[in-house]
Amino acid sequence: MFRYIVRRLLQMVLTFFGATFVVYALMFANVDDPYQVLAGERSLTESQRTGLNARYHLDDGFFTQYWHYVKGLLTGDLGQSLTGRPISEMLSQAWPVTIRLALFAIVIAAVVAVGAGVLSGIRRGGAFDTVTLVLTLVVLAMPIVVLAPLAQLVFGIQLGWFPPTATRDANLYQLLLPALVLGTLVVATELRVTRSSVAENLRADYVRTARAKGLAPKRVIGVHVLRNSLIPVITLIGVDIGALMSGAVVTEGVFNIPGVGFNLFRGIRTEDGPLVVGFVSVLVIVFLVINLIVDLLYAVLDPRIRYE
Amino acid sequence: MSDNNVVSTVEAPDVPSEGKLSSLAGDAWLELRSRKIFWIAAVLVVVILLMALWPSLFTSADPRDCVLARKHAGAGGGALFGYDFQGCDVYAKTVYGARDSLLVGISATLIAGLIGLVVGLLAGYFGGWLDALLSRFVDVVLAIPFLLGAIVLAKRLASDPESNGLFAVIVTLGVLGWTTAARVMRSAVISAKNQDYVTAARMLGASPARLMLRHILPNSISPFIVVLTVLLGINIAGEATLSYLGVGLKGDAISWGLAIAEAGPYARTVAAPLVWPSIFLAATVLAFIMLGDAVRDAFDPKLR
Repeated sequence: MFRYIVRRLLQMVLTFFGATFVVYALMFANVDDPYQVLAGERSLTESQRTGLNARYHLDDGFFTQYWHYVKGLLTGDLGQSLTGRPISEMLSQAWPVTIRLALFAIVIAAVVAVGAGVLSGIRRGGAFDTVTLVLTLVVLAMPIVVLAPLAQLVFGIQLGWFPPTATRDANLYQLLLPALVLGTLVVATELRVTRSSVAENLRADYVRTARAKGLAPKRVIGVHVLRNSLIPVITLIGVDIGALMSGAVVTEGVFNIPGVGFNLFRGIRTEDGPLVVGFVSVLVIVFLVINLIVDLLYAVLDPRIRYE
Repeated sequence: MSDNNVVSTVEAPDVPSEGKLSSLAGDAWLELRSRKIFWIAAVLVVVILLMALWPSLFTSADPRDCVLARKHAGAGGGALFGYDFQGCDVYAKTVYGARDSLLVGISATLIAGLIGLVVGLLAGYFGGWLDALLSRFVDVVLAIPFLLGAIVLAKRLASDPESNGLFAVIVTLGVLGWTTAARVMRSAVISAKNQDYVTAARMLGASPARLMLRHILPNSISPFIVVLTVLLGINIAGEATLSYLGVGLKGDAISWGLAIAEAGPYARTVAAPLVWPSIFLAATVLAFIMLGDAVRDAFDPKLR
């Protein structure tokens, strides 16, 4: 176990430098006027140029620039947005609401996916299974740019079941509609994985043994099968966090939820380059850390993984 | 979905009896022919392709003929879905939106496919340090959530105010979307390269390039094609998302993502300019994902 953790940590360090380098290179490699890339189409004052230079060391060579950027990331100094606010302060204000929204979405998606996935896995080929599979296909095909505005229009404005927007200290009811929209991003894959892994486990020897011992079917499914079927689903959740982050940009933008995604959304709209780079970098790091945790969790849940 | 196949296997055996050779692709085609979902997807794809190639078949109105006096006017006078906030014909705009959507989707998928093919083939065939290096690189790209990477790259590429962003979006989606395709290609190549026919060809003195292109590639390409079909759907959605966020198509480009973004604030008054592009976009993405799903089931012998 210890060797596995160490190896995984080393991998993560490598990926961290790789990923941040790619993000930085995407933005700044081979650019004629890096200041204008940061500011987009809006014109820059001389003092803003000086500020950007102090932050990004744009006069230096590319690798020196990257080094300063990584140092800033590691020490939590993300510089200022073009509006002059410190980016780390904006982030710390925005995190709580985004975390709540994302957790809510994950819980909703997981409950629906595991519930429906187990049911259709038990009765493969049945009516419920067929309908669920068609539905997952439809949900998979719904981009969030379609789903979020339509859900807001239908359920928020026309039917009036949910508030169409949410505030910083929104309660769960206000967050329900956005969380449902966000949850659709991940629910389909989770459901399909649960379904196939339940169907596979039902054929396993230990299930036959459990049945032969005379255990109630409820216990066989609820304890023996479910426990082993959830292992791949848990790894999926790690990957899903990345999808949720991307989805949160549009969802929070549509529902006016002042979280991380909303700030990023506004940063893109107002051509605020430093804000975009800062937020994206932090999100990439969060994604890496969550994936690390999920991988370690996976190793705890499934002993086979350590012996590879 | 895959469980419907139980029914269709019954029809499969009639090929060998006709004396024809039954190839993997031939079997898959027979399998596909009997699937309802394949035909629904195929019809949708053909309609969308027609719409992209000859939009004037579907509407005689000019999507750029906008008169502010008609702002938010209802349906009628040839405009099926009414007019949007600038007084443009919503139906015409939606029909013409198919072209750039497909153009971006197909070009980006081709770029991603080419990168994925080369990386997967080289990593899978040569193995060793090259495989380790390329696989690590795939891990690094995968560590960046797709949309976040796309936002950064598209923002940088779109800094030229003259362009309508078409090129920037294609490059962005192509350069960031190849990872799954590369992984699938790599594992298919690894399982194909140890087959007897490859060893036999090597014994006969075939060069690595010939082995890869003539022997391994044709036998490992089908899962790769499936991934690309689904990727096409994802890329079309990606274009709409980037355009919606303001880093995709812009200026006088006509795009479903742009239309959704523009109609959002007015949805309370008039819903049609928001609803119709959304439906067209969702149907297009659904068509390609359904197609990929059906083709995957047909090509996977284990599922039959």
